[in-house]
Amino acid sequence: MSYAVFTPEMKDTHTILIPDMLPVHFRLIASILDQYGYKTELLRNDGRSVVDEGLKHVHNDTCYPALIVIGQFMDALKSGKYDPNKVALLISQTGGGCRASNYIHLLRKALDKEYPQIPVLSLNFSGLEKGSGFQITPVMLFKMLFAVLYGDILMLTYNEARAYELNKGDSKKVLDKWIDIITERLEKGGFAKTKQTYREILDDFAAVPRSKEKKPRVGIVGEIYVKYSPLANNHLEDFLLSEGCEPVVPSFLDFCLYCAVNNVNDGEIYGFKNKTTFMFGIGYKLIYAKQREMIKVYKEHGEFTPPHDFEELRHYADKYFHQGVKMGEGWLIPAEMAALEEGGVRNIICTQPFGCLPNHIVAKGVSRVIKEAYPQANIVAVDYDPGATKVNQENRIKLMLTNAR
Amino acid sequence: MSKIYSLGIDVGSTTVKTVISDENGEIIYSKYQRHFSKVKETAEEQVRAIAAEYPDALFKTAVTGSAGLGLANAGGLPFVQEVYAAFVAINKCYPDADAAIELGGEDAKIIFITGGVEQRMNGSCAGGTGAFIDQMATLLGITADDMDELSLKSEKLYPIASRCGVFAKSDIQPLLNQGARREDIAASVFQAVVDQTVSGLAQGRTIEGKVLFLGGPLSFLKGLRKAFKETLKLDDEHAIFPENAPCFMAYGSALHAMENGDKTYSAEEIANLIKNAVMSDSTVTGRRLFESREEYEAFVERHKKCDLAYESIETYSGDAYLGVDAGSTTTKMVLITPDGKLLFKHYVSNKGQPLDVVTKQLRRIYELIGDRVNIVAGAVTGYGEELIKAAAGVDYGVVETVAHYRAASFFQPDVDFIIDIGGQDIKCFKIKNHAIDSIMLNEACSSGCGSFIQTFALAMGYDIAEFSQLGLFAEKPVDLGSRCTVFMNSSVKQAQKDGATVEDISAGLSSSIIKNAVYKVIRANSADELGENVVVQGGTFLNDAVLRSFELEMGKNVVRPAIAGLMGAFGAALYAKEKAEQEKRTKSGLISKSDLETFAYTTRQANCKGCTAHCSLTILTFSDGHKFISGNRCEKGAGLAAKSNVPSLYEYKYNRLLSCVEEKPSSPKAKVGLPLCLGFYEQLPFWHRMFTDLGFEVIISEESSRKTYYKGQHTIPSDTVCYPAKLAHGHIESLLERGADVIFYPCESYNIDEGGSDNHYNCPVVAYYPELLKANVASLNEDNFICPHIDINLKKHAVSVIEKAFEKFGLTKSAISAAYDNAWNALKTYQSDVESKGKEIIDYARLNNMPIIVLSGRPYHIDPEINHGICKLITSLGMAVITEDAVFRNVSTPKLDVLNQWTYHARLYRAAEYVTTQADMQLVQLVSFGCGIDAITTDEVRHILESKGKLYTQLKIDEINNLGAAKIRLRSLVAAMGR
Repeated sequence: MSYAVFTPEMKDTHTILIPDMLPVHFRLIASILDQYGYKTELLRNDGRSVVDEGLKHVHNDTCYPALIVIGQFMDALKSGKYDPNKVALLISQTGGGCRASNYIHLLRKALDKEYPQIPVLSLNFSGLEKGSGFQITPVMLFKMLFAVLYGDILMLTYNEARAYELNKGDSKKVLDKWIDIITERLEKGGFAKTKQTYREILDDFAAVPRSKEKKPRVGIVGEIYVKYSPLANNHLEDFLLSEGCEPVVPSFLDFCLYCAVNNVNDGEIYGFKNKTTFMFGIGYKLIYAKQREMIKVYKEHGEFTPPHDFEELRHYADKYFHQGVKMGEGWLIPAEMAALEEGGVRNIICTQPFGCLPNHIVAKGVSRVIKEAYPQANIVAVDYDPGATKVNQENRIKLMLTNAR
Repeated sequence: MSKIYSLGIDVGSTTVKTVISDENGEIIYSKYQRHFSKVKETAEEQVRAIAAEYPDALFKTAVTGSAGLGLANAGGLPFVQEVYAAFVAINKCYPDADAAIELGGEDAKIIFITGGVEQRMNGSCAGGTGAFIDQMATLLGITADDMDELSLKSEKLYPIASRCGVFAKSDIQPLLNQGARREDIAASVFQAVVDQTVSGLAQGRTIEGKVLFLGGPLSFLKGLRKAFKETLKLDDEHAIFPENAPCFMAYGSALHAMENGDKTYSAEEIANLIKNAVMSDSTVTGRRLFESREEYEAFVERHKKCDLAYESIETYSGDAYLGVDAGSTTTKMVLITPDGKLLFKHYVSNKGQPLDVVTKQLRRIYELIGDRVNIVAGAVTGYGEELIKAAAGVDYGVVETVAHYRAASFFQPDVDFIIDIGGQDIKCFKIKNHAIDSIMLNEACSSGCGSFIQTFALAMGYDIAEFSQLGLFAEKPVDLGSRCTVFMNSSVKQAQKDGATVEDISAGLSSSIIKNAVYKVIRANSADELGENVVVQGGTFLNDAVLRSFELEMGKNVVRPAIAGLMGAFGAALYAKEKAEQEKRTKSGLISKSDLETFAYTTRQANCKGCTAHCSLTILTFSDGHKFISGNRCEKGAGLAAKSNVPSLYEYKYNRLLSCVEEKPSSPKAKVGLPLCLGFYEQLPFWHRMFTDLGFEVIISEESSRKTYYKGQHTIPSDTVCYPAKLAHGHIESLLERGADVIFYPCESYNIDEGGSDNHYNCPVVAYYPELLKANVASLNEDNFICPHIDINLKKHAVSVIEKAFEKFGLTKSAISAAYDNAWNALKTYQSDVESKGKEIIDYARLNNMPIIVLSGRPYHIDPEINHGICKLITSLGMAVITEDAVFRNVSTPKLDVLNQWTYHARLYRAAEYVTTQADMQLVQLVSFGCGIDAITTDEVRHILESKGKLYTQLKIDEINNLGAAKIRLRSLVAAMGR
């Protein structure tokens, strides 16, 4: 099978469609691509037709995230909104021992029959898919790091603020305002005065009138796409809010750090050193320092809960599991579960695609250990797939919430 | 002031229960009623009845139950989760209970009370519930109550998969067709439910002490109660079946309301709230099937054209051919004239007794034809083929696919695609050059078929014909998507909650069957892929709504013969004619009229003693003394000597692997246990050599069997992981039993690097299963379970990992280093032994003109408990069997469209490439159910093979050992190869 390649000329003619995984983060990342002359659009199509298109184009037994991502693309292409000769699709590729590394190939297969002319771009940091006209320069990469940092602080604080807001919609206003400001600042460079920006964001959210009422806090961990994407998890955060809970979604940066540090770990576990381990070692230290910086601002500010400290996560991973388990979300899931429990978030929903291979081990396989270490832990695993109904999922979450109260 | 009561309303998936309790928590009223999916109406009706009886009373109230959630939200009534409601009621009535098990219509729950309260519900694979029992009863053609009665008279239990209703069906069907006693099957179904609950829900926690059994099925079905008591070893004192069990949750929610309710209502008010509850309109509406009556009539006219000519059996004289299709749930028979006119047809549900149906109809045929007609030959196809052939003396047997193709080409000689939707299965085949080119059959998660609509029709109180007719002019057909049967129940429930009418649901179900067939079974992207001339058949297509849905979905008109339901039988008759002409047969060997009159048979169960597989046999003895044996995997069981010496590399590999552990050192340092599971099916020679050289005695776990699985079942945390992984739990228990001092089971992210691929990972399950075992098997600890992360490609690293892991034995680096080198050599020797034996088999097969099958999978597929003897099935069809690892080194990796990063899978691609270069070879791929990675490899392997003109056959295997579907595929493969 031959597939279309994104040529440098296409930069001017083609619109790059981006799947809806992390609503806040991806908006910021898209704006960076825009600055560099790409035209992007974040997909927002939702509903049954996305799932149906996914089922049509992806093997029935393939995991749900692949099905949803590809379904969303196909549904968008068939909507008539886009000229198939002038769009390209962007998909992320992690490059680990999980099926997820194959999404890009599955997407190309799906396009093969109807849209062979549409190029697929890979967003990856493992050197896969070389030779495309779409290249992330180091400066762009650096800016994206900031997009992730800002995305995290916005997502985290927004979730915490809106659970308690007295006037519905106040927090959303703050969020929207800041997405605009940050988009602008990233254009101008965006690296300066990050601490100042963090403070301003925290101040703005702190100014939202909020109740002092105690609400059950519910952590969301799991497979990366289902965990973050409202499209895939049936708007889980909104559901938890409507049930009177505070959704606690760990930061996306943790996943980035997890990917980076696995390369470093490989060197340690298997006893070798090379360019990759070296580069990732430096990258890891740099990003981790940025996370520390943000946590520091949070702590000084004192109003909201800071994100987990990644080194602490690694520590929990060693305590209850092993950092060698690096496929899929690997050791990050048990580590996040432990960190949530340590931080007083007793209740955890572990979202996973039905039949997800790594999740057999790192989610269902590990809950016994976490429950032993934290007898108060209230963990429910929820499966997502094209067949699972919302009623079924919500009923299980309700049971967990009954226990939470 | 009027008295304040508390009203609990439990709206479940199949029933509505109401309970009123007084202020002391005493039950003063209770009612239990099936709602036939009229959720809102039934709930309202029950509350109205209460209003009539208690017009002046005020109630605190709470709604509970799976269907109650939506109702409560929409009506603005308080809701309490049902497991919690049960918990409240238990605390009140049975404060000394230790655990409670509740089975509902579609949910199963366990509440552990002592030793840490924990409440669990089944996950999304919802086998082992009331709906499952109902389904199984439907399959037997009886009610759940009848099944209960039958089960009490059982003598023998069969293993039946309970995780998935579809799997269970495929376990039960062959048993029925082989004539197993229904009493035994009924009891086995209940046992399956118990196993599912104990393994799937308890997941490692033991259920003991005083156990409460709740929910409808457990209070009505004595057989189920018995099975639970026996399995959990509970006496009468410890197994409690509360009298009010069916209404227990309703009672719990009444108690909850009493305690927490802040509002009071009159019953009238509650009824009105329910009545006015507007359910959220989240249901998606699909396409209407017909816009007008006229359109429908034109459609009917068009399809009328495809009918057979008829000939009266009462006047016709001359030759005739008999065709029998002994399908999974129905038996079809036809008698045709040599020019294809239909003399006799019969289509009936076999109620699990296909042989009785056939003999009865044969008697009828003999009566009708008198001396005028000579039956020249007969053929039988379908699940019951062998049984009918043996019992009734039918001349020929033919595989279903071939029979269906014969029939379809009678109507449309240029047919290039056939889709057959029957009661239980979907079969699709592509025809190329007038031969079957590829076959697609439905599997567990793509199961929606005919019986599925029937079950729904019955549940809603309609017969099937009436129900499907309703859908034709539905205004707003609901879009139910395409999903597994169990999920479909909840989708339908959701749609009903949202106010969909029966008509809308009927139309929606028809189209969901089609979507399932098109997108999950055929996996077509567009209509063009199916080809020009599509013939649809199978009883389900007689349903106009289904046929129309198919045409709409594909955007083209198709041919549906009027005898759509009889095509298998018709094809068999055509096949009989063809064979008879070839063989110049003039008279069928069919059982004669006089023999039929005295025909009788008895059934007996036995276990085969031919080999260690101990197949469960069903032996039918006929009145004339001859026997029919079924349930066997090889010829031995059938009482025959093995046909000829058809070689198989599977047995060789297995024995070669096990033989390497015979060598032990004289005075071992300690016993190192290696579990015979997953990766060890290849690396055993490596680790055995390593540890033996280092002075340890290596012991391995027992050879896998069903018992091994049960041994470790209680520690499996994820019930959807593949069967090879589940078996690992039993192997750990086995090693502990055998007295291993330490169990060594390394985590290997990376497998052996064999080059030619993008990476050399293991799959996540193979790589990290030791971590899971450590976390879930309570008897494992740091001292007796060593599971270091190791990459055996890297010597220096591997040596230091072993040194550290076995620190207390004081091994030296140099000793380990030497052992490591020898270990590699041992592994290489094993691999080259497999290769040379493979060559030997190829040579032998070629010398003897046997086709060769490369039965490809993972190393652990050589475990007979995992492959269920499929290799024997292939050799019994006269084909030699070799493995992927015997041939893949002959070629380099072909160009692929996927990321090729797993060692075992890379071998598959190369083996497939090699097969395309060998004229007498075909590849059959074994896939374990739940293997997500194979969702990617299967498409790629298929592509490699088909692009170079080879056939692709995939066999999905799980814990069940029904080889029916595998047999159809393999025989079709034989038929296609022989063209």
